Amino acid sequence: MDLPLLLGILPQVLLDGLILGFMYALIALGYTMVYGVLEFINFAHSEIFIVGAFVGVEIMLGLKGAGMLDRLPWPLVLVLVLLAGMAASGLLAVTVERVAYRPLRHAPRLIPLISAIGISFFLQDAIRLFESLWRNAFNLVYPTMDVLNVRFELTQTIDVSVKSLVVIVAALAMLGVLHVLVNRTKIGTAIRAVAEDQAAASLMGINVNRIISLTFLIGGAMGGAAGVLFGVQYGLINPYTGFIPGLKAFTAAVLGGIGNIPGAMLGGLVLGLLEALAASYLSLLTGGAFGAEYKDIFAFSVLIVILIFRPKGLLGEVIRGRA
Amino acid sequence: MMLHSALAIAAVAVSSTAVATFPRSVLAFLAFQGAVLFVYLARVSRWLRVGLLGLALLVLMPLIGAYNGYYLEVATQVGIFVALALGLNIVVGLAGLLDLGYVAFFAVGAYAWAIPGSPQGNEIFGGGFPLPPSMFYLFLLVGLLVAAGAGILLGLPVLRLHGDYLAIVTLGFGEVIRVLANNLDKPINFTNGPKGITPIGRPPVPFGLPYGEYFYFLVLLIVAVVIVVNRRLEDSHIGRAWEAIREDEVAAQAMGVPLVRAKLLAFACGASFAGVMGVVFSAKQLFINPESFTFLESIGVLSMVILGGMGSIPGAVLGAMAVTVLNLQVLKGFSLWLNELKNAGVTILGFNLADLPTQFEPAKYERMIFGIILVLMMIFRPQGILPARRRQRELR
Amino acid sequence: MRIPLVIILTLAIVAGGAAVDAQGKGTIKIATQSPLSGGQAALGEGIKLGAQLAVEKFKGPLEKMGFKVEFVPYDDQAKPDVGVSNSKNIIADKDILAIIGHLNSGVAIPSSEVYKEVSLAMISPANTNPTVTDRKYTNVNRVCGRDDVQGVVGSEFAKSLNAKTVYVIHDKTPYGQGVAEFFRDDAKKKGLNVLGFEGTEEKSNFDPIITPIRARNPDLIYFGGIYDQGAPFFKQAREKGVKSKFMGPDGMDSSDLAKIAGKNVVGMYYTSAAGPASALPKAKQFVEDFKKKFGKNPEPYAAEAYDAATVALKAIEAAAKGGKAPSREDVAVAVRKVKLSGITGDIEFDAKGDRKKALYFVLQVDSDDPQKWGDNKIVKQLAIAPPSASKN
Repeated sequence: MDLPLLLGILPQVLLDGLILGFMYALIALGYTMVYGVLEFINFAHSEIFIVGAFVGVEIMLGLKGAGMLDRLPWPLVLVLVLLAGMAASGLLAVTVERVAYRPLRHAPRLIPLISAIGISFFLQDAIRLFESLWRNAFNLVYPTMDVLNVRFELTQTIDVSVKSLVVIVAALAMLGVLHVLVNRTKIGTAIRAVAEDQAAASLMGINVNRIISLTFLIGGAMGGAAGVLFGVQYGLINPYTGFIPGLKAFTAAVLGGIGNIPGAMLGGLVLGLLEALAASYLSLLTGGAFGAEYKDIFAFSVLIVILIFRPKGLLGEVIRGRA
Repeated sequence: MMLHSALAIAAVAVSSTAVATFPRSVLAFLAFQGAVLFVYLARVSRWLRVGLLGLALLVLMPLIGAYNGYYLEVATQVGIFVALALGLNIVVGLAGLLDLGYVAFFAVGAYAWAIPGSPQGNEIFGGGFPLPPSMFYLFLLVGLLVAAGAGILLGLPVLRLHGDYLAIVTLGFGEVIRVLANNLDKPINFTNGPKGITPIGRPPVPFGLPYGEYFYFLVLLIVAVVIVVNRRLEDSHIGRAWEAIREDEVAAQAMGVPLVRAKLLAFACGASFAGVMGVVFSAKQLFINPESFTFLESIGVLSMVILGGMGSIPGAVLGAMAVTVLNLQVLKGFSLWLNELKNAGVTILGFNLADLPTQFEPAKYERMIFGIILVLMMIFRPQGILPARRRQRELR
Repeated sequence: MRIPLVIILTLAIVAGGAAVDAQGKGTIKIATQSPLSGGQAALGEGIKLGAQLAVEKFKGPLEKMGFKVEFVPYDDQAKPDVGVSNSKNIIADKDILAIIGHLNSGVAIPSSEVYKEVSLAMISPANTNPTVTDRKYTNVNRVCGRDDVQGVVGSEFAKSLNAKTVYVIHDKTPYGQGVAEFFRDDAKKKGLNVLGFEGTEEKSNFDPIITPIRARNPDLIYFGGIYDQGAPFFKQAREKGVKSKFMGPDGMDSSDLAKIAGKNVVGMYYTSAAGPASALPKAKQFVEDFKKKFGKNPEPYAAEAYDAATVALKAIEAAAKGGKAPSREDVAVAVRKVKLSGITGDIEFDAKGDRKKALYFVLQVDSDDPQKWGDNKIVKQLAIAPPSASKN
């Protein structure tokens, strides 16, 4: 057991885990907001997330093709791409809600779940069809902007790239905005009211359908932003890429307490850190017997253990007291 | 009634002749399956129904298999998934426990025979494997018990969870089993990881039947047993306890239903069917690896139960048939048919099919079409195609 | 209401059946089975398109004999169950005389059991798992290399680079793990210090795996897997400051590797049984034809599929006597007798179905321009005979 080695890599591992965690947190927000308002797992959210990434890459490739990518200042490009991704994903989420979930609003919970799974399958292949026709490609690569890859060496063993910083800053900014939105604005109050008791909220004059659509819009936009950041950070996407991070983000949302917005953020961070720690350390600690391939089930196992002791997640559920 | 009887007999006769005459026409085989379905649903006398079904399944199907082994393979796969759907029907349909990782029990059963039935056992125990193939029949029981044990193992930690927490944990469990299967090749090589286990022993065949027919009959027999057991469970004490739990857990508990025992029993029962089929599956395929046991398979089985009609036995059977046939035959057949047309140089409205870009090959869009079907079914017929009668009243 | 429906249905069946069966006598079909949907569709398509190109190019002699030559692709979705049920369908079609497939050894092995029942010749462009031919079936052959040889080639070359420490990663598929294990075992035998052996299914985020590797600073990192995983891995590794040399097996042989990873993979090595377009003029022609017809660069194994289909056609030509379509056994026997100078090199099969002269190339990535992939230089050529005795 090479203790200096183990400790030496710890800060870097934690940093990587944090970045991953922020991304999971952003995606998890989409799951948790929808659940809070409808008590429904939006299985298609993983595709909504990756659509944001695809919109981002198409814009960047378009800019690159027009020779503009190098000439525009990079913060502008990033903001443009982020906004586009957020808009696309948000609108997609609203559309999906109208088409596939609203008719099933009052059905037992399994029915809209299956509908969501159907939408997920549909979107995966729809993206694949589109990309195969538009670019005759399956894997799409985010064009690198060299400035983003500049690395700062903080100490000898830790370094962080500009793009990681961008991810962290963007994520924090969005979480902050969301917090303000949900807790300090009238719309946020309306959302929380609908989450607590739909009937009472509508009696108070809130247009429940509109608020639900808005929730999907916001959740979808968060997912879309996460998608763009994912693409910028990791570089390679294909139509099926969304599935696994979506699943993990859903786990994170449950881990934090589904329906609970701070819970989703916390769950995302915890899951990201757990995953990074497992991936880096499992092999070193077990002498190669168990390696990085167990990182996913390590996270799941921790989830199961936590749920045994806290069946409502880390921060508990914040949903109406309805039987 | 007379009209229905005549039509039923005619349908079976015509479609089976069609398959015999055009052994490679997918439509003919689909018509045959449709005829069997029609016989099941039509208002005919019980004797005629049983007689025709028996004739179709026991005599005609194997004959068709002699013409084209592919159809026998499809029928066998349908049978396997019918058993899986019925097992999941107990967990999700009767007891209302949302299980998103059901395929894990299937995997457990499959490996339960694969490891001792192939040289893989030597890696663990040093020698003495593979076991003589006749042990297969014993291992049907072993697989059942091991899977039931896994079911209880899953059930224990999730007793206090419900709804969506249960869903995510069962999903996690399914993934855990798959990752374990994929990675337990070190430090001790249990499962040989992604490379899979082969060759798996096949049992000695009675009456010298070829393997295709043998597995078909075996699967048919097991499915029949599963259906009988399911019927019995549905109408029994425990069946009603499950339905009570599904409807309202608190009320059920207030009525004296032993929650813990009932839930564990639901998991164990449902898992055991998957376990038995897992053993059959691994002997049939001669080779298994973790890729057959993914989350998508679990979703597939779940969709069979829901599309067919939750909580209803004929519904689960029909759902399994529909989904398997859709995946294995319809789209592929359509794709192949298009290919034939392409090769023959057919043009539609002056547009030469050979110029159709490869992106539009129908077989590629199975998932998309499956997704659309799921959504449409949920919106327009959420109770499934053949719902249990109580459900029908609930959802309409 | 029911009666017209029955009539319509009957007509549809007859029409469908008739359309399907109305090939005149003397149709010969070459089938392929590879994943055409799902995550590995890119490679599976490559196999299909490569074989299709060969069939279109070389069907002339058979057509002159009076046969109609058709190409029938099947989608095995990289799943063993689908592969097996497709293969049952394939053997029921008496016109199919050869099958080019599969991509995944996990699908090829059970499917080949079905082909064996009727001695249908199977020529694999991509199945590198030793078990595929080690079972010594007379109808199973492969044009690609074997993992147990390719891994050794890689480790030989690593030693020749004076690498003292290596780190091995793989993608947890039968292919990637197989070749990585052979590499590791041979490297250990040759005295190289294998610092770690790790598998991962991760496709996007390799940061946590890279961190311990970077801390240990091996001389060489070997990635057993396909380019769509290798490229982001290498890219992220270089971006994190890893200075080791990179190496991979023939799954890396694709211009998309350069497209995805850019200059991060310039200078990396990969092994392949197929020579680059720069060394073999026929290969260059193939790349151009492929691009002209399908609008993109060929994927890994497309060239092997092309050669496999060519072998199949030549074998059928040799076995066809005087206008009568040959039987499947005849074709299988003829395949073993074929001597072809293909675009991946000289092809001749030994008693197990492996290529006799397995010439392995170690290539180095020259530029980050995907269009220049064919210009990658051969750094070393090794002729290693496949093992004739198998240890199962």
